[in-house]
Amino acid sequence: MTETMHVSIWRGGPDGAYVDYEVPRLESQTVLDVVIYVQRQLDPSLAYRFACRVGVCGSCAMTVNGVPRWTCRTHVSKVAHGNRLTLAPLRNLPVIKDLAADMTRFFEKWQQAKGVFAPSATRNETVAAIRPDSPSRIAIDKAIECINCGVCYSACDTVAWDVDYLGPAALNRAWTLVNDPRDADNKKRLMAVTGKGGCQNCHTHVSCERLCPNKISPTDSIAGLKRRAASAYVKGEL
Amino acid sequence: MSFRLYLLQRLTAALMVPLIAAHIVTIIYATRHGLSAAEILSRTRGSLIWASFYGLFVLLAATHGAIGLRVVAGEWTSLRGRSLDALMLAAGAILTLLGARAVYAVVAA
Repeated sequence: MTETMHVSIWRGGPDGAYVDYEVPRLESQTVLDVVIYVQRQLDPSLAYRFACRVGVCGSCAMTVNGVPRWTCRTHVSKVAHGNRLTLAPLRNLPVIKDLAADMTRFFEKWQQAKGVFAPSATRNETVAAIRPDSPSRIAIDKAIECINCGVCYSACDTVAWDVDYLGPAALNRAWTLVNDPRDADNKKRLMAVTGKGGCQNCHTHVSCERLCPNKISPTDSIAGLKRRAASAYVKGEL
Repeated sequence: MSFRLYLLQRLTAALMVPLIAAHIVTIIYATRHGLSAAEILSRTRGSLIWASFYGLFVLLAATHGAIGLRVVAGEWTSLRGRSLDALMLAAGAILTLLGARAVYAVVAA
């Protein structure tokens, strides 16, 4: 006989409540499999996001038993408390409905942190040669594989305490550009990441690093921004 | 917290490291040699070196602590902007006064 799992899912908006479902437990089952089962077999009105199902798109992150995770690559066997799962939308973001959080603020902060590449050359000029073993390229490599899932933002206590804090993902993105020798906007970027809600607010709790599904360390990136900005300040460039 | 306050808090922390080490060594020396309160006071009273050492220590600790208190208050209370600045300045002033009083008590001749 198939084992049954007890799943509590947040339903509704900010004033919603948890609703319990019974879901068959299967081998190699992911948390996203559970959510899809509920929506397709038990309640088609369940709202949630997913796209790729293979850990690339970053759209399926939710709070699983109190911890933010990418659900498509999270096996139930690794996170279930006994035979129980509790699923909620990502923390630190407004809930739209059920498991879908409003990511607007998250992406606005990427813009505030100047997370957009600013070219210093035109397409008519020679392509910049960047050695793979150069320190700046190595620093970028460590931080570049972010999939914008919002897990770090949801895990961050500083975001929970300070609504203006740019958060680990936006600052991590800024760090990749600060290290890009082709970028022309780094003075403005350093101003942006040291302004209101900037990198100096990070308490180095390391929740972002511990929970990042792609094993990135935004904590390291933020520490790098602090050092770079401090150096610029001492030189009178900030 | 502004980046300037952040840097000032880091700078005061860095400057306090050798002072804390010297303070701990002083405590260990005093207790290991069984110095009485009177013997300690006989060495600190009228000493410009001890007055400067602990006076600087008090200023650094008061600055560092007041900035930290501002951060905690900003994250855990509804205080914002100028209210936070007022709290920081008040905390810094009180800590400085209390510290200065203690320094005066051990170095005043």
